[in-house]
Amino acid sequence: MKIFKSKNSNHEATISTAALPDIIFMLLFFFMVTTVLRKSDENLKYKIPTAEQIKQIEKKSLITQISIGIPKEVEKFGTEPRIEADGKLIEIKDIVPFIMMEKDKLPTYNRDQIIVLLKADEEVPMGIITDVTQELRKANARRIIYGANWKSDENR
Amino acid sequence: MRSTKRKKVEINSSSMADIAFLLLIFFLVTTTIQTNKGLSATLPPHSDEPQTAKFHDRNIYKVHINSSDRIMVEDAPFEGFEKLHAEVKLFILNNGENPDLSDNPKDAIVSLQMNRGTHYKRFIEVMDALQGVYYEIYGERIGITAANFDRSI
Repeated sequence: MKIFKSKNSNHEATISTAALPDIIFMLLFFFMVTTVLRKSDENLKYKIPTAEQIKQIEKKSLITQISIGIPKEVEKFGTEPRIEADGKLIEIKDIVPFIMMEKDKLPTYNRDQIIVLLKADEEVPMGIITDVTQELRKANARRIIYGANWKSDENR
Repeated sequence: MRSTKRKKVEINSSSMADIAFLLLIFFLVTTTIQTNKGLSATLPPHSDEPQTAKFHDRNIYKVHINSSDRIMVEDAPFEGFEKLHAEVKLFILNNGENPDLSDNPKDAIVSLQMNRGTHYKRFIEVMDALQGVYYEIYGERIGITAANFDRSI
């Protein structure tokens, strides 16, 4: 019985790449699904503080972000901390209309569950943050998250 | 007689992987991983006039932060930030033992006040410490550590 093939058989050794498109498509779909298209914060720079009692928000659709920081273009917008929402610099009085607009985007059944993610620079004074939270109370968007990153254990 | 052997008709799909790769790279580049985490808080409902409510002084633990980020606890300057956690826990879980501390955990209120000039970093630091006490207490009630307490919203 012949078990081993003869050495002179010229079989070409190839790796089957038939499954490659499928794998790539799977990765592609993963990134397509996880990508959230939204305007990034172009105008402000901020370094968010660190904390230990961090909570993670699972319901991403409910989140509206408001950021507070120092403008990148200092000569144009000054060095005072400014508020940014949806890629635009806004004033304190614009917060209530902005939140109302964001609430309208949500489905009716969870319109009141809107979560506002406040991302503020470490060095910003509390005055401006309190002003923003007072406006959020007026807009009845009372669930807020003070954006913070995990504090690593060695910094304790 | 017709031959039963027919040539299989195929669409050349060797470039499929390339197209998919291109799309994949596009999405990889445009994706920004969002950080949706932080300290949670619920604001009180809006009202035009300031709200007043009567609480016994022993049930309120006052924490003030001034504009130079110094802490005052119960109207006295407080040194040693790392001691705050233990002090607050003692206050909440007093259950009427010490006449200066709370009656019971349900009535205990931790009040945090800050100046307009207080830096956000300091506020987060103190808020973090105060929330840590509560998570630890909630955790102990159901027999887990604060670190294992469920933090998802």
